[in-house]
Amino acid sequence: MVLKPRREVGFVGYGAYVPRYRLPNAEVARVWMQGQGSTPIKEKSVAGLDEDVVTMSVEAARNALSRAGPVDPNQIRAVWVGSESHPYAVKPTSTIVAEAIGATPYTQAADWEFACKAGTEAIQAAIGFVGSGMARYALAIGSDVAQARPADALEYTASAGSAAYLVGPAREALATFEGSLSYATDIPDFWRRAYQRYPSHGGRFTGQPAYFTHIVEAVRSLMECLGTEPPDYRYAVFHQPNVKFPISVAKQLGFTVEQVQSGLLVNEIGNTYAASSPLGLTAVLDIAEPGDRVLLASYGSGAGSDALSIRVTDAILERQRLAPRTRDYVTRRREVDYAIYARYSNKLVR
Amino acid sequence: MNSVPRNWRLRQQRYRLVGEICESCGVRIFPPRDVCPECETMEQKEVAFSGRGEVYSYSTVYHPPRGFEEFAPYTVALVRLEEGPLVTAQLTDLDSEQVKIGMSVEMVTRRMQSGGEEGPIVYGYKFRPAIQPAAA
Ligand SMILES: [Zn+2]
Repeated sequence: MVLKPRREVGFVGYGAYVPRYRLPNAEVARVWMQGQGSTPIKEKSVAGLDEDVVTMSVEAARNALSRAGPVDPNQIRAVWVGSESHPYAVKPTSTIVAEAIGATPYTQAADWEFACKAGTEAIQAAIGFVGSGMARYALAIGSDVAQARPADALEYTASAGSAAYLVGPAREALATFEGSLSYATDIPDFWRRAYQRYPSHGGRFTGQPAYFTHIVEAVRSLMECLGTEPPDYRYAVFHQPNVKFPISVAKQLGFTVEQVQSGLLVNEIGNTYAASSPLGLTAVLDIAEPGDRVLLASYGSGAGSDALSIRVTDAILERQRLAPRTRDYVTRRREVDYAIYARYSNKLVR
Repeated sequence: MNSVPRNWRLRQQRYRLVGEICESCGVRIFPPRDVCPECETMEQKEVAFSGRGEVYSYSTVYHPPRGFEEFAPYTVALVRLEEGPLVTAQLTDLDSEQVKIGMSVEMVTRRMQSGGEEGPIVYGYKFRPAIQPAAA
């Protein structure tokens, strides 16, 4: 069940991006709930007028390359972008990103889809691509500008962000890959039909049978295959649609709140969908030390979870400072009200 | 302005700030051109600039040309790149009252034009205030 390539591979670089605008949950509650009721998080990130999955992916990718040391972008044989909000229905995000980082023309370029786990899916595929010897480097990105119907429960959390990972040989890596495992079944918890602007979700399906079952099964089986236990990990990062779910799933699996705290960004930036758990991992790598083990588990509606186990190497210490840290983006904060948010997220037409 | 062939030809220059270095006199050139403006030779090599620079002068646009209405008001600046050339570009991720001559900026790749609901999206360089690392 465990997925592991023959050749040793790892993350040679990683990079984050979060837009600067923040919409407080209190603003959403003011507009739709007369300011009453509980809110799932403090605030969420909002993309600016000139931002989308392409632009955010480009910046995260540039940060990943800055941390990779002297990697020639022309040696990157795959640029893969996972998202549910690609700017075009037909025309890849990945070719634009590849062009902007100088990886064209001898590169594989493709867009991946699977709700909030499209990013980890691209990471797994990149591990296979490099691990098979087909490529020296492959770039995997999770990126979203998530859209929510006005007044929908998701409007409190659906946000924007991007995380990029350059996968390469283990000897150049800042974290080596130990193994991964995927668990997927058919669940109608969340979907968006063609030509629809906003997604729909199936209330009672979103919690226990979807998020919790898939993550718990993926993580348990992975740890069983690798012979690891929760205390072997310094940090664990889970998909974070709100604050409650990742903490609750961590406890169910035997992890402590301390292990998940460093990678838990949702309260400050919201649910960045395909970037959610990958962005949490960038925040962890920013402070990780050589020898630390980290567990990552995504969740994508529809549904599935990808669990990965990595071990941080000595190279981390010199790479962390080579690009802005995730915390630098989180604290670069400009609050907006609901009206500006409505303009920025294209809800106002003139 | 939103000409598909022209945007396609200029994509390297626009996405990555690719300019030239003159192999004869060493001057950095942006945008790329056939003849060196300093020594008038034609011996140039492509180079991607670092994207770091500072605001040399600026002006805020309230009545934009056709095709840029969605972003107005926005600020256009002359940016002095650390390699030397002056580049005209939009500033982004800032409020117009924050702009100052000499402020440090860095290049980002952003949407220049959204092409309405059906047209091609145009991406290109803009500059934003340089990100300051948060206190550790
Ligand atoms: Zn010259």
